[in-house]
Amino acid sequence: MPFKIIASQCTSCSACEPECPNVAIREKGGTFVIDPKKCTECLGHFDEPQCVAVCPVDNTCVIDMSLPRYQAPA
Amino acid sequence: MDASAQSEVSNGGNVAEIGEIMQNIAEHKGCGTSGGSGKASCGSQAGQGDLPTEIWEKVKNHPCYSEEAHHHYARMHVAVAPACNIQCNYCNRKYDCANESRPGVVSEKLTPEQAAKKVLAVASTIPQMTVLGIAGPGDPLANPEKTFKTFELIYNTAPDIKLCLSTNGLMLPDHVDTIAKYNVDHVTITINMVDPEIGAKIYPWIFYKHKRYTGYEAAKILTDRQLQGLEMLTERGILCKVNSVMIPGINDQHLVEVNKAVKSRGAFLHNIMPLISAPEHGTVFGLNGQRGPSAQELKALQDSCEGEMNMMRHCRQCRADAVGLLGEDRSAEFTTEKIMAMEVKYDAETRKAYQEKVEEERVAKVVAKQEELAELAGASSDIKVLAAVATKGSGLINEHFGHAKEFQVYELSTAGAKFVGHRRVDLYCQGGYGEEDSLQTIIRAINDCHAVFVAKIGGCPKGDLINAGIEPVDQYAHEFIEKSAIAWFKAYLDKVNSGEIEHVERGDAAIRQGALISAA
Repeated sequence: MPFKIIASQCTSCSACEPECPNVAIREKGGTFVIDPKKCTECLGHFDEPQCVAVCPVDNTCVIDMSLPRYQAPA
Repeated sequence: MDASAQSEVSNGGNVAEIGEIMQNIAEHKGCGTSGGSGKASCGSQAGQGDLPTEIWEKVKNHPCYSEEAHHHYARMHVAVAPACNIQCNYCNRKYDCANESRPGVVSEKLTPEQAAKKVLAVASTIPQMTVLGIAGPGDPLANPEKTFKTFELIYNTAPDIKLCLSTNGLMLPDHVDTIAKYNVDHVTITINMVDPEIGAKIYPWIFYKHKRYTGYEAAKILTDRQLQGLEMLTERGILCKVNSVMIPGINDQHLVEVNKAVKSRGAFLHNIMPLISAPEHGTVFGLNGQRGPSAQELKALQDSCEGEMNMMRHCRQCRADAVGLLGEDRSAEFTTEKIMAMEVKYDAETRKAYQEKVEEERVAKVVAKQEELAELAGASSDIKVLAAVATKGSGLINEHFGHAKEFQVYELSTAGAKFVGHRRVDLYCQGGYGEEDSLQTIIRAINDCHAVFVAKIGGCPKGDLINAGIEPVDQYAHEFIEKSAIAWFKAYLDKVNSGEIEHVERGDAAIRQGALISAA
């Protein structure tokens, strides 16, 4: 349940939205948000989290430390 | 993002009266579309020239592809493509001053449906709006669904509007067939290098096939994809313009190689633009002190690339939501709020009639230009000088020195008067520049010119210009630019030949950086 977007840094460019393999990203209040229930850190899909890789502003898609890390189903 | 597009968006919240907008039709004269006596004020290629007819048909009413067309035809950009797949050191998408004029900057994003309505609203209000471009603010092909949906909607409702797009080229090879399908017959690719070593200094990373690449590897993929895309487009007969950002010390010399590479792959036009890198833009180059080129550096590079290939010199580096003729912007009249409140009636017949009238005027102007050139026949000299011209359009010297927001620059030689660029002299967004400073700004911007042609000029600036070595010329007020410039140049040569004056080379000039204020 791990990535979040820091709203104050989000340019609302929407690049992350179509890249997310879990369709966990949507626009909300002018910026984009990640649904923590859907985010799998891209485990099982890609080598690197897609939102992080495509985001034009460094350190904007970050691990949400307030939530437990995603565990792949056994 | 891609390099191509200005706006001043009012957020006062007033929905414009449609009557007010429609009234602007009458006022929207641009350069020489009305009155019947106008003449192309700039453009070395005043007509078809050597171009094959099929290409001429494609470019003759595209302001970005034909130097001469930009006086008669307007374009608009719709900002439907916010996402980008590469990072460029000259671009910062975060910064958006409403008065900013710079590629990649927009004040509001549009959905394809909003964009289509905006296009129809503008086309109904500005009959010479012939071209719709998608230039970001990100990369159109990193947003293929939004981009092509917009094209589809416009293609179906207003098939006479030319469609074009401006891309970084990374995803271009994947979309060439779709581009062809929607009759998009003009594509601009921003190519800043063909050597990945140089590319690594311009592009920190690219996002390609679900992976972020950096350094040499990123630039290698990018250049391969750009050149492949260019080849695929020219094979299909789609006209390609290549934009290049001139970054002194990084790719300035290299752009000659880029020019050869794109020329050999069939690019139709090369547009070398100066780097915009003010620190307040927050770009990597802005923050690390990377300077842009001087006016003479830019001109020298453009001159050296101008062989068999056409060079574009009238680019205004406009915003990704610009509306109107190049060098002017009317996007504030067409905010989403205003458009949605407008009753739009698309009248193709009226547009066609208007454009036919424009064509008649253009033909008359080409004839007039030929007559002028005869004046210089017989003269022979190696001397070339630059002259700045204050104009409001219509091919006339019709602007007061102090009111000019830009000067057009002509190179004068025994071959005639050739448009070689323009210099912005508008005041800085930040304000605080007094009369004295603005005069110095102007002198810096046209310091490489021997003369400045104006409709009128006050005594004070006149004296300062003379002290700076620039001759203020107001004797040709309200006359045709090229004819006047040639007459002045002929007199100049006579004076040099008689020994009355000595010809001295001028120095360099500065290219104006920073935001444009629209209210000046």
